[in-house]
Amino acid sequence: MKYIDEYRDPVAVRELIQAVSTTAQRIGGEPLRFMEVCGTHTMAIFRFGLRQILPGNVELISGPGCPVCVTAMAEVDRIVELSRREGVLVATFGDMLRVPGREISLAQAKAQGGRVEVVYSTLEALELARKNKEAQVVFMGVGFETTAPTVAAALFQAAGEGISNFSVLSCHKLLPPALEALLSGGKAKVHGFLMPGHVSTMIGAGAYEPLAREHKVPCVVTGFEPRDILSGILMLLRERAAHSHRVLIQYSRGVSWEGNTRAMGLLERVFQPRDSLWRGLGRIPDSGLALRPEFQGFDAERVFDLQPVPETEAQDPPGCRCGEVLQGLITPPQCGLFGRRCDPQNPVGPCMVSSEGTCAAYYKYN
Amino acid sequence: MCLAVPMEVLSIEGDLARVDQAGVKTRVSLMICDEPPQVGDYVIVHAGFAIHRLDPETAHESLSLLADLLAAADEGPGREE
Amino acid sequence: MSRILLDHGSGGKTSQELIEQVILPRLANPLLAPLNDGAVFELPGQAGGQRLAMTTDSYTVSPIFFPGGDIGSLAVHGTVNDLAMCGAEPLYLSAGLILEEGFDLSDLERILDSMRGAAEEAGVAIVTGDTKVVERGSADGIFINTAGLGMVRPGVSVSGQGARPGDRIILSGTVADHGVTILSQRKGLSFSTELRSDSAPLNGLVRAMLTAAPGIRCLRDPTRGGVATTLNEIAAQSRVGMILEEDALPLREEVRSACELLGLDPLYLANEGKVLAVVGPEEADRVLKAAQEHKYGRQAALIGRVTAENPGRVLLQTPYGTSRVVGMLAGEQLPRIC
Repeated sequence: MKYIDEYRDPVAVRELIQAVSTTAQRIGGEPLRFMEVCGTHTMAIFRFGLRQILPGNVELISGPGCPVCVTAMAEVDRIVELSRREGVLVATFGDMLRVPGREISLAQAKAQGGRVEVVYSTLEALELARKNKEAQVVFMGVGFETTAPTVAAALFQAAGEGISNFSVLSCHKLLPPALEALLSGGKAKVHGFLMPGHVSTMIGAGAYEPLAREHKVPCVVTGFEPRDILSGILMLLRERAAHSHRVLIQYSRGVSWEGNTRAMGLLERVFQPRDSLWRGLGRIPDSGLALRPEFQGFDAERVFDLQPVPETEAQDPPGCRCGEVLQGLITPPQCGLFGRRCDPQNPVGPCMVSSEGTCAAYYKYN
Repeated sequence: MCLAVPMEVLSIEGDLARVDQAGVKTRVSLMICDEPPQVGDYVIVHAGFAIHRLDPETAHESLSLLADLLAAADEGPGREE
Repeated sequence: MSRILLDHGSGGKTSQELIEQVILPRLANPLLAPLNDGAVFELPGQAGGQRLAMTTDSYTVSPIFFPGGDIGSLAVHGTVNDLAMCGAEPLYLSAGLILEEGFDLSDLERILDSMRGAAEEAGVAIVTGDTKVVERGSADGIFINTAGLGMVRPGVSVSGQGARPGDRIILSGTVADHGVTILSQRKGLSFSTELRSDSAPLNGLVRAMLTAAPGIRCLRDPTRGGVATTLNEIAAQSRVGMILEEDALPLREEVRSACELLGLDPLYLANEGKVLAVVGPEEADRVLKAAQEHKYGRQAALIGRVTAENPGRVLLQTPYGTSRVVGMLAGEQLPRIC
């Protein structure tokens, strides 16, 4: 697999492991906590077993970068409720199917007779609308800046074709405001960020400049293969050693400083920022996306006259500490429910539901 | 949070491209790709969309950057330019 | 669980819960209890006589025709293989057809021809059967149930409880070919490969392996739930640990690539023509050689070993000197974008 296998070469990976270890030893001192923001990083780190070979003074903590995990349960309730309505067909990425709302998940709604289809791309959701003219196809829009432009593209196409039975329930989230909220909250102690590769493909590495400058924290935009991740860690260590806090790009084959202006342009034509409720983090200003008025005919909230989700309904179930996990304040085994009442088959909190959730990764691989 | 895989462009028809990675072929949209790719280019594919055209030289550079990082680690940190 | 979910049929942990919490308490008996691929018994009053193996399986697959096979050949292979995994020579099969009103007769003929071909290759006869037709909408075209009867080879005793520390784990070929082939044919998932399902009768391969080493401790075909789930079941039943070498797993490039694209792990995808064998260290080379000489075992490989440590757990060693736990499949694997 070109552009993948080169970055998994075992000899090179072992050399990097050695380099990380020597560099960390030279720095010494207080343990350094680096946050891998992105759930795909969390998964890759477990898949390749990278956590176990890190030197004692380097700790990786997982951040809020799993769209499934940060989607409020009340949002799931809304789409579950829609799936029960006569004539509605819900299209969703496979990632959301098992996520429980406060009562049930979309998978359970389907078992009870709701029409739910898993799609792999937003264009397939649009295709469902073309093929099922008698149904109102509602796509559950989850994801950050990487995925939201694919939804914008589908909406653009739907508008162009005059498709009238397609709408999107936008639960999209924006990453930089969440990281800003995390650091200004003052609780999370982060000595460096491994920034998500593919979100950065879209928004560009430059988007982290204010964060790095204001909070004096180095940021390395990192790819997803073992050589990428270890290099990212090595670059963060070198920044710490030099008392520097630059934004650097490790994943240069996928990310530029400016980002994908074409995709972001399309995103801005279809969506506008709004406040959003994050599981575990609460309400964060301008951290979500709403459809612009020009696209209100495709806005499931308007088409079905849905009420906004009240803040009180964004709270986690009793005993669930996903919020702290998402902020890197605790590791999953420190939660009393972990592995007891909460496991991947019967998940209580969002971090266990998503296969890239931190708790699921800990449960699966540890 | 976002799975994406590099795939080679086999053919292009308007806004759609047929792409391949190690024998797995699929059709992706080019609507939000940052630069228009040519046949033979690699693009990064996320959820059915090409989101980035890979520049072979940059990809090569990133491998040599890895080598530089290793060399620098041998010499110790703190030699910032 | 108040309603059945698709996950209950995935072959993973959720399926296991359904069996243990709902089915077994009601239907338990000593022959069912070991939960092997089939039951092994002697006829009443003939203790010490010929041991028989019996098994059953129902087949639902979408699409019903796929590269490398169809629901008919699959229904024969699956039951033949379950008998072979009991160490038995399959003899007779039954076939129950559940047809949906409106099903195309030429498709049915094609499926029956394919069943006959598969039965001939495996050397079994379909000796009894049943046909039911249900109203349109009550089934997905066609469902097939097959049951099978076979004679257990003298001197052979294979069981999920048989693995011992020090044993070797052999897999007869590449992982997840069937699972990825079916995924590539599913509606909504538009990708294509040259891959074919590995659906095949394994009784000949197993015969060759057992002839080379009658002492094989355990045989399983890693179908639903994949290699990972099957090994976890054996590890739990035998109260042993297992260590797999990631590098040693036979894996086609297309399968690796499709799994990267869809975010799936090939260790959890179905195989329909592969056998996992747990064998004593002294017999491992002989079994491996016998498998590699058979047409359905050319790419057989030694993929790991059984340990006394970590009973019930399967660990995978990466090429980087690290390891990770390989658990059971929790629910059906879904393509994901994050």
